[in-house]
Amino acid sequence: MSEPIIELRNVSKRFGPTYDAAARLTREIASRFGRTPKSETVHAVDNVDLTVSRGEVVGLVGESGCGKSTLGRMVAGIMPPSDGQILFKGRDIASLPPDAVKDAKLKVQMIFQDPYASLNPRLRVAEIVGEAPRVHGMIPNGQFDSYLDGQLRRAGLDPAFKRRYPHQFSGGQRQRIGIARALAVQPEFLVCDEAVAALDVSIQAQILNLFMDLRRDLNLTYLFISHDLGVVEHLSDRVLIMYLGRIVESAPSEEIFGHPNHPYTQALLSEVPRIEARKRRFTAIKGEIPSPMAPPAGCHFHPRCPHAMPRCGIEAPALREIAPGHKSACHLNG
Amino acid sequence: MTATLEVRNLRTHFFTRAGVVKAVDDVSFSVERGQVLGLVGESGSGKSVTGFSIIGLIDPPGRLAGGSILYQGRDLAKLDERDMRHLRGNRIAMIFQDPMMTLNPVLRIDTQMIEAVQAHIKTSKAEARTRARDALGMVGIPSPEERLNSYPHQFSGGMRQRVAIAIALLHNPDLLIADEPTTALDVTIQAQILAEVQKLATDHGTALLWITHDLSVIAGLADRIAVMYAGRVVETGEAADVLDRPAHPYTHGLIGSVPSRNKRGDRLAQIPGMTPSLLSLPAGCAFRGRCAHASTACEQEPPVAEPTAGHAVRCFHPIQGAPA
Repeated sequence: MSEPIIELRNVSKRFGPTYDAAARLTREIASRFGRTPKSETVHAVDNVDLTVSRGEVVGLVGESGCGKSTLGRMVAGIMPPSDGQILFKGRDIASLPPDAVKDAKLKVQMIFQDPYASLNPRLRVAEIVGEAPRVHGMIPNGQFDSYLDGQLRRAGLDPAFKRRYPHQFSGGQRQRIGIARALAVQPEFLVCDEAVAALDVSIQAQILNLFMDLRRDLNLTYLFISHDLGVVEHLSDRVLIMYLGRIVESAPSEEIFGHPNHPYTQALLSEVPRIEARKRRFTAIKGEIPSPMAPPAGCHFHPRCPHAMPRCGIEAPALREIAPGHKSACHLNG
Repeated sequence: MTATLEVRNLRTHFFTRAGVVKAVDDVSFSVERGQVLGLVGESGSGKSVTGFSIIGLIDPPGRLAGGSILYQGRDLAKLDERDMRHLRGNRIAMIFQDPMMTLNPVLRIDTQMIEAVQAHIKTSKAEARTRARDALGMVGIPSPEERLNSYPHQFSGGMRQRVAIAIALLHNPDLLIADEPTTALDVTIQAQILAEVQKLATDHGTALLWITHDLSVIAGLADRIAVMYAGRVVETGEAADVLDRPAHPYTHGLIGSVPSRNKRGDRLAQIPGMTPSLLSLPAGCAFRGRCAHASTACEQEPPVAEPTAGHAVRCFHPIQGAPA
C-alpha cells in the first residue's frame, strides 16, 4: 500500500438557509414560546472518512441527491467542509500557509459532467487550457505554444484547433478540452464527477480509454464519481457506495461486485441493466429515495430495506470492517 | 395477423437553409402485438425523429418525404389531422424523455388527466377522475386520490415520469412509443418503470417501441432490436441475434464499447471518429469512414444481407458469427 494522497476525516457538509434579521427574530420568538423552529438544513455529506492512496482509482457510486458530487467538490477544494479535516499528503489543508494551500489545490483538479456548461464559451481553447499554467508560472518563457500543443495532443486533440471556441466542438471533444485543462497544471489527483455521463456510448469508450492511458502515463490518482455501475466497475480498484450522505459500503471492486454486503448495494447491483441479460423480468426496490431534508432516522435505507429490523429505525449502523478491506454499515452484520 | 405497427421505407427530411437533412432515410421495421422493439442509436441517428414521425409530431421545416406508417393496416402518413387526433393519446401514446415537457406546470394533475380522458370518450367528470386515479394507482403512485390534487413540481423526477406514463396509459393504447423515458432517472427508479411497462406489454398486449441509446436497458427488455446510424436502420433482428452475433461493424463496435461487458481495466473497444454530420454524409455507407472493414465497394449503397432468417444487416462486409 503506497502512501495516502488524500484523506478525509469525519467530513460533513451541511447546507442551510441564511436567515435575515427578521427571520432570526421570528425563530427566536418561536423558540421562546416553546416551539422548535423547523430545521431546514440538508446534510449533504454526513461524517465521511475516506483515504485514497497514490495511483489508486476509487469509484464513488450513488443515486441523485446522495451527496457524491458535494463530496467530490470538497475533495477538489472547491467547497470547504462544514466539519472535519481534509488532508493532502498527510497535511491538513485548512492549517497550511497560503502558498502551500495553492500548491495543494493545484495538485487536485476536477473534471465536470457537462462539457457544455463547464467551458467558458467566450474563450478560445488556447486560453481555456493555457491560462492556468501561465498564471501559475509553470511554463518557461517563450515555450507557451509548445507546452500548449503538448497538453492538447495528450488529451487527443489536434493543436491546429487551439484558436477555436468551445461551440465548434462536439461533446466528446469538449470533454477532452476539459481534461486537457485539468491536466495542464500537472495535477496528481483527478476528481471526475460524472465525466462520461453526457456522452454517447462509443464516445464514452474513447474517453474511458483516455483516462486509463493517462493514469498509466502520468501515475494519476482518481476519484471517479458516477451513477453508472458498469463504468465504475470497469475503471475502479475500490468502490464506495453512498446513500443519503453516508458511505454505506466500501470494498475492492471484485469484492463489492462479487459479494455485496449492504442491502442497498445488493439492490442496486441487481437492478443494473446488463447487456448480457436477455428478456428478463424487472423487479424493483420499493419506494423513493427520501428527501435529504428529512432523512429517515437510524439507518437511512431502512424504509426501503427488505431486512429492516426495529433497531434499524433507531440506531444508525457504523461503517465496520466485515472482511479485510471490506467495510459495510448494516446491523445485519451483528 | 397484421402487425400493430409497420413502418415501410419511412423518410423524414428537414429542409433547412443549410441543405436537406435526411434525419430518417428509408427506415422499415414492424412491431407485433405485445412485442417490444428496441430502437437503438446514438445522438443524431434519427431514432427520436422516427418516433415523432409515427405519432405525427414533425414540425416544419421537417416533413414526411416518403414511405408509409401502417398502424393496424391504416397508413398514418395519409390521415388528416382530425383522424390523427382521434388516434393520438388514445390508441397510440408516447412517453418523452423529460416528463416536464409532457406535463403542464400550472395545472393540477387531475385537471390534466381528466382532460386527457374526456378528449377521447364521453364521460362525466367524476368518472374521468376515477379513471385517472386508477391509472395513477396502476403505475405505482402511493395514495393516488390525494396525489391527483398535486401540481407537477410537487413530484420527484421518477414520480413525474410515472404520471406521464399513467396519462399515456389512460386509454390502454395499442401502441406505446417511449423515447428514452428512463434516461434521466436513477437505477432503482428506472427498474420500477421498466417493470411497469413490461407488465403493460404482457397484460394488455400493447406493442412497445422503446427508443434508447442504452444497449444494457434494451438487452433486458426487447424482443427485437433495430440499430440506427445516420438516419438508417443498419441492423435488425431478434435481440439475442443482434446482441450475441452482431453482423454490422457499427453494432459490433457499439456492443464492444459498453464497459460492463469488458473485463475490468482492459481497454474498451472503441469506434474511431464520431458520427458524421447529416448535412454532409459520405456517398454509400455512412459508417465507412469509421469502419475497419471498409473497402472501395462501400462507396456504393450497401445491400441488405440476411445472415439468418429475421436478422437483416445493411453492409457489404457483415461480420460472421463472431461474438462481440
